[in-house]
Amino acid sequence: MGELNRENDRLSVDLLGIRLDNPVIPASGTFGYGAEFAELYDINILGTFSFKGTTLHERYGNPLPRIAECTAGMINAVGLQNPGVSHVIAHELPAMKRYFHKPVMANVSGFSVEEYVKTCSLLDREEQVGWIELNISCPNVHGGGMSFGTDPAAASEVVRAVKESVRKPLIVKLTPNVTDIVSIAKAVEDAGADGISLINTLLGMRIDLKTRRPVIKNIMGGFSGPAVFPVALRMVWQVSHAVGIPVIGMGGISSAGDVLEMMMAGAAAVEIGSANLTDPFACKKIIEALPGVMDRYGIRTLRELSGK
Amino acid sequence: MTGEVHRSLMKQSVFTITENRALTESVFEMSLRGDTSAIAGPGQFVNIRLPGFYLRRPISVAKAEGDVLTLTFKSVGHGTEVMSKMQPGEELDILTGLGNGYDLPSAGECPLLLGGGVGVPPLLYLAAKLREKGLPVDVVLGFNTASEIFYRDEFEALGCRVEVTTADGSCGTKGFVTDAGLFREWHSYFYTCGPLQMLKAVYEKSSCDGEFSFEERMGCGFGACMGCSVKVRDGYKRICKDGPVLRKEEILWES
Repeated sequence: MGELNRENDRLSVDLLGIRLDNPVIPASGTFGYGAEFAELYDINILGTFSFKGTTLHERYGNPLPRIAECTAGMINAVGLQNPGVSHVIAHELPAMKRYFHKPVMANVSGFSVEEYVKTCSLLDREEQVGWIELNISCPNVHGGGMSFGTDPAAASEVVRAVKESVRKPLIVKLTPNVTDIVSIAKAVEDAGADGISLINTLLGMRIDLKTRRPVIKNIMGGFSGPAVFPVALRMVWQVSHAVGIPVIGMGGISSAGDVLEMMMAGAAAVEIGSANLTDPFACKKIIEALPGVMDRYGIRTLRELSGK
Repeated sequence: MTGEVHRSLMKQSVFTITENRALTESVFEMSLRGDTSAIAGPGQFVNIRLPGFYLRRPISVAKAEGDVLTLTFKSVGHGTEVMSKMQPGEELDILTGLGNGYDLPSAGECPLLLGGGVGVPPLLYLAAKLREKGLPVDVVLGFNTASEIFYRDEFEALGCRVEVTTADGSCGTKGFVTDAGLFREWHSYFYTCGPLQMLKAVYEKSSCDGEFSFEERMGCGFGACMGCSVKVRDGYKRICKDGPVLRKEEILWES
């Protein structure tokens, strides 16, 4: 037990006033509500996790196929399938409480400022919700999602409105599909965001050589996986050097070394997405590998890496 | 919601290939040794990590007995082509115990199994389990042409009544599985797996209740990503986790 505590202490980080045992956070949309992973390992070893993106109303999402494989990555066009915030509060959160005992991150999407505000304020009242992650960056829905995240004025408006209606720390998840990520980041910081997470997926597509048609029914989708890591790292570096609020780095992380790179680029914590889908033990393996990799590079604690 | 669904926990483990042989020009039967304890029954699938490919390959279980797993697959793309060339001794990282599987208690006194092409393998495992229960089992196997036929002898060896159909009439009954003489006979229940067109034909022409096994492009294969959700009568189901087997009365053919 003593050894375990020492290890935890090496890995622990602060995320907006809440101590995480380690910086590893499964990203929204790749971890459901955690139940499938709790079959395989005790998910309480995670720093926390960001649960499936929630909208005010139930959504089925996009037609199939929603998934395409790429070299060192994948494309998804799920389209925010979720049972709606009322169902999440009535069923998913109480079920989650049985196998996850830490503060959880509530990921929220919407199609209007009002929807974002309503969904966030409902989840804000839930005891287990430690942070709200505002997804203004989903590339797979029309008339909402990413359209808020590509325009500084629209981003600012939704962040300001949500910030006024919640008490929990508000993290804003940004899309990389913009010409200037820094201007968006600064806009959401000025609007009152407590933190920023990035990157969401990069818009991409594949074509089936046999049918000559796009593999994804929705034609385009969000590209993720190890191939996007250098792009994500670059944007995390740019944003964390430009804002004064904590940044969560994500995009293609698939090893303990990637986690360390992200934190060296300025991330206070990291989210891990696609890796969970190809190896359901990915986050567990990364947490377990961190101390050894830190030893190799003379890193005593993760806190010494993160400037924020 | 389904009544009796297998609810096993999935497992990740390393299997060693013991044999990999061609059954036809494009269909291969791979035998592997490893921990099969998570496999609850026929209709389930495994998800295989292949070197050089990002996503796993979902393949239905053709047989699981002791520590031997049999996977029968068609070489249809780069991934399955790589699998077809793998040699005994090579190792594979496999997630086992995925999907709900067929509901055996629904079989009644005389079930009918309808398989098309590479949809046949999971039915071999099912036929073995139904025969173990002492049930008479009728089987219709549909193929495009005579050279694509496989597993006919294996079903007959289990004591099933087997009828083969070929689309070009080069062997057995000419036409599709729904043209088979056995298809017109009375059965208590049916189980089917095959191409979507075949499943739709079975749905329209069958006179009893039954179950359909679906194939879909998957992200994770274990219910986390919502990549393979389909609409059903009372909501939606993840083909990988709540399926791949759906009952006739819950299926919607849109989406």
